[in-house]
Amino acid sequence: MSISKLVSGVEDACSGIQDGMTLMLGGFGLCGIPENCIDQLVKLGVKDVTCISNNAGVDGFGLGKLLSGHQIRKMISSYVGENDEFERQMLSGELEVDLIPQGSLAERCRAGGAGIPAFYTPAGYGTEVAEGKEVRDFEGKPHILETALTADFAFVKAWKGDAAGNLIFKATARNFNPMMAMAGKITVAEVEELVPLGELNPNEIHTPGIFVQRIFQGKSFEKRIEQRTVRTRKTNS
Amino acid sequence: MLDKNGIATRIAQEVRDGWYVNLGIGIPTLVANHITEGMEVEFQSENGILGMGPFPLEGSEDADLINAGKQTITAMPGAVYFDSATSFAMIRGRHVQLTVLGAMEVSANGDIANWKIPGKMVKGMGGAMDLVASADNIVVAMMHTNRAGESKLLPTCSLPLTGVGCVKRVVTNLAVVDIKDGAFHLIERAPGVSVQEIIDATAGTLIVPSDVPEMTM
Repeated sequence: MSISKLVSGVEDACSGIQDGMTLMLGGFGLCGIPENCIDQLVKLGVKDVTCISNNAGVDGFGLGKLLSGHQIRKMISSYVGENDEFERQMLSGELEVDLIPQGSLAERCRAGGAGIPAFYTPAGYGTEVAEGKEVRDFEGKPHILETALTADFAFVKAWKGDAAGNLIFKATARNFNPMMAMAGKITVAEVEELVPLGELNPNEIHTPGIFVQRIFQGKSFEKRIEQRTVRTRKTNS
Repeated sequence: MLDKNGIATRIAQEVRDGWYVNLGIGIPTLVANHITEGMEVEFQSENGILGMGPFPLEGSEDADLINAGKQTITAMPGAVYFDSATSFAMIRGRHVQLTVLGAMEVSANGDIANWKIPGKMVKGMGGAMDLVASADNIVVAMMHTNRAGESKLLPTCSLPLTGVGCVKRVVTNLAVVDIKDGAFHLIERAPGVSVQEIIDATAGTLIVPSDVPEMTM
């Protein structure tokens, strides 16, 4: 019989979060972010947390909600350009920020979940990202040593999931979610559709349930679009 | 002199049949609109799609389907989605043949700066550092000068670097310029632009051959 990860809702899913913890949050921009858990973090009012997330949301949405309540002490991200409050807090020194290359961020999370303490990458060599890091040549090319990242809690958002914690993501909403699921001591998955055990095809599961500790049916996803770009239908003339 | 679409049109000529191509935000995104018809090319966006298609028709936007610029997009037949670690494995592992990206500054030894202006603009590097550290072919798409009229092709970059010694070719509104042996080499000039105009707009050492052909658009 499978091991159930099912919890009743976002309150149970987020129990045990304390001030000062390190949290990972999946998503790229506003795509595939754990909206329910972010709202719960606001409600709980946890303070001084370190957030590992590729982006920092926008003003008033996504991680922007935690920023406006000054709940975040430190951000570890690759791109934060969409958020005025973020920039203000960073330039005033209220917020500590560690900007790291996107691929290194992804791999550091993957490594953290995979039991790899560190790895060498060419990304960032010769830049301020490399400051203080070990440099080593492989095949004549310099690489820098990057260390693994883990978190007390990882919050991911999936399209479909089951009680065993197995997850399937939709389109580009997958992004950082699978690696962060691996790297969380407690990984919380909120899903758009909680389906009965056996309904997910084992051939098509993206994140095996072993990486997930708590799963729940998410509610009222807004799924806000950051840059709505469209083309016009060509008229037949 | 070229406009942004002109720069994209010229860069599209760099794309070869059978290539996987990563296009950055801004002018590079426009390159997709100018690929020769019938050519087999797939566009990779580092947030997790290979086989990126055009913007969706109005009303069919999907919040779960975006590119690295957070714009709503579509997927071509044969497209595939993947996670960010897999995406950068494609990039670092040199499975992507061409990277086109914008820049604030490029130096004569191939350094590029495009992610930070100290004290003014701190947006982050996103995937740019991973992309420039690994790609075999890196083409920079940018204006030759900044808004103040100052050259963006410099002896050395003044802004924090994104990558060192990685840029091989720059396509600007004025010219196609290659970088080798610590100097810029003028390859082509934009329609209607004189060699002298390009020399005047280039702060780094520029090697000018006796014959500089005009771009074929």
